[in-house]
Amino acid sequence: MTPLTFRRDEPAARTSGLLAVVKHGRYVIGENPVTGFAFALFVVIVFAAVFGPYVVPYDPLASDTAAALKGPSAAHWFGTDQLGRDVFSRVVVATRLDFVIALASVALVFAMGGLAGVAAGFFGGWTDRIVGRLADTIMAFPLFVLAMGIVAALGNTVQNIVIATAIVNFPLYARIARSEANIRRDAGFVMAARLSGNGEFRILLAHILPNIMPIMIVQMSLTMGYAILNAAGLSFIGLGVRPPTAEWGIMVAEGAAFMVSGEWWIAFFPGLALMVAVFCFNLLGDGLRDIVDPQRRT
Amino acid sequence: MLAMILKRLLVAIPSLIGVVIITFLLTRALPGDPAAYFAGPAATQEAIAQVRAKLGLDQPLPTQFMRYAADLARGDLGTSLTTGQPVATEIRNRLPASAELTLLGLIISVLIAVPLGILAATRPGSLVDHACRVLTTAGVSLPVFFTGLILVYVFYYLLGFAPAPLGRLDVFFSAPEAITGFYLLDSLIARDLETFRAALAQLLLPALTLAIFSLAPIARMTRASMLAVLASDFVRTARANGLTPFTVVVTYAFRNAMLPVVTTLGMVFSFLLGANVLVEKVFAWPGIGSYAVEALIASDFAPVQGFVLTMAALYVALNLVIDILYGLIDPRVRIEA
Repeated sequence: MTPLTFRRDEPAARTSGLLAVVKHGRYVIGENPVTGFAFALFVVIVFAAVFGPYVVPYDPLASDTAAALKGPSAAHWFGTDQLGRDVFSRVVVATRLDFVIALASVALVFAMGGLAGVAAGFFGGWTDRIVGRLADTIMAFPLFVLAMGIVAALGNTVQNIVIATAIVNFPLYARIARSEANIRRDAGFVMAARLSGNGEFRILLAHILPNIMPIMIVQMSLTMGYAILNAAGLSFIGLGVRPPTAEWGIMVAEGAAFMVSGEWWIAFFPGLALMVAVFCFNLLGDGLRDIVDPQRRT
Repeated sequence: MLAMILKRLLVAIPSLIGVVIITFLLTRALPGDPAAYFAGPAATQEAIAQVRAKLGLDQPLPTQFMRYAADLARGDLGTSLTTGQPVATEIRNRLPASAELTLLGLIISVLIAVPLGILAATRPGSLVDHACRVLTTAGVSLPVFFTGLILVYVFYYLLGFAPAPLGRLDVFFSAPEAITGFYLLDSLIARDLETFRAALAQLLLPALTLAIFSLAPIARMTRASMLAVLASDFVRTARANGLTPFTVVVTYAFRNAMLPVVTTLGMVFSFLLGANVLVEKVFAWPGIGSYAVEALIASDFAPVQGFVLTMAALYVALNLVIDILYGLIDPRVRIEA
């Protein structure tokens, strides 16, 4: 299979490799309509995140007690909550916050775990030992519990949810980056770069890192879903985002009390949005992995 | 075997030390001054300094850490600010509730996921296989608190099968005498079938929620691992020798496919311990998860710290058990160790 050239790290072969990836990508989407579907879903999510606040029919924070606790109707597609706020508008507007939290935490963990892992795999020795120990210690905690502890310790803000989600994902990124960098540390192109007088850090950042990017990007897509779940879980138990902000986790928490009295829509629609978003990122991650690493396809 | 267990115990020690250090650092990174908190709002600077000295907070960090470790060694996790109870006692009282829930969830999940994975692997491309794939992909995308709420809506509000999601036992029943702390076992020991039925009714929905959550990784791993084993030479030989398909699949293939499944169980348990917190909140379950959540909301940090530490210790212990299970399932692991 041609796309395997992508994993062989000759910089000269990269442009044709990229072309092969695009071609292979089109093939994978043709072969697997689910990936195409996930990509369409992703476009919808990004659209809601960017333009959501401008296209929704109601102000997500405006309460209207006369219309409180009404079921789904033509005026309110997803019904209204206990304060008469439009659930549909709130679900759409919340997309931006949830998406940004997930994106920021994934970017952060890529910067921390990815770089630490690459350095560990490339330099070996003490760097490797310290990064490995750190990852092991984090792995010794149940991850959600550790995230709770971190948010409790650092303070109850959205920013700290991002940090906590990044920290609990650190071992995963560090390990993948480490093993990928490790197999390349003595590769031909690294030797060549070294011979032509590049410093070790330059080799690390300019030669090793770009080569492991495809695998890291797949990982980022796969962890996006987990990051959204983690953030929503934290705000569900009252950490991070505070009412009346529209966020999926907190909206489910607000609607939870009404589930036992039959007003299902308040919690159901934000929960559904959460599920669809996570589902989309998981499918997309699987699809991307098929493109980058066809051998691991299941 | 004993040597292996001892060796594995030694390996667990550094993880435990790391866990203790991180929990300690987490509390020291807390915003706010505990001394000012204890001294009360009307306290003078002097009084606050006095309290700080009494709590040992004016000592350098390493000294504080030694004190903290010494307290831990005596089983002292501090005192909750809101309830005034020692954290260790509260956690001990609430742990059985969480353990009963998590274990039942895990048992239900394994009972469904393992046969499903085996069926899917023995009949690739069949209806069971597709069902398995849909289930595993959808399962990982479901927020566990959302599944719980849907179950409550369907089984409590719509169908009326389940009791109100409020704790371990309906108010009309009194808790059975605590022997194991597990209501199901305790009520059976007391031969009180009414209470057993009531406790089971309360337990079923939250346990099912946890089971749905953990189903996906177990089924997925069972299927993948069985597929690999079924394609191997010794299975072909067993088949060629005319053994019944049942013997081949269950006795030969499954035992060999179990190692990766058991590894996955460890990971699933880590997820379950986290998911437990969310499920306990949905079902008002009086376990350690809801204890931690209440403390978090009141900014009461000793319980949170005790909770994180207990969970981590449980998880390290569980990984130990899994390694021992490895030795039981696969004799080769024993020899290598």
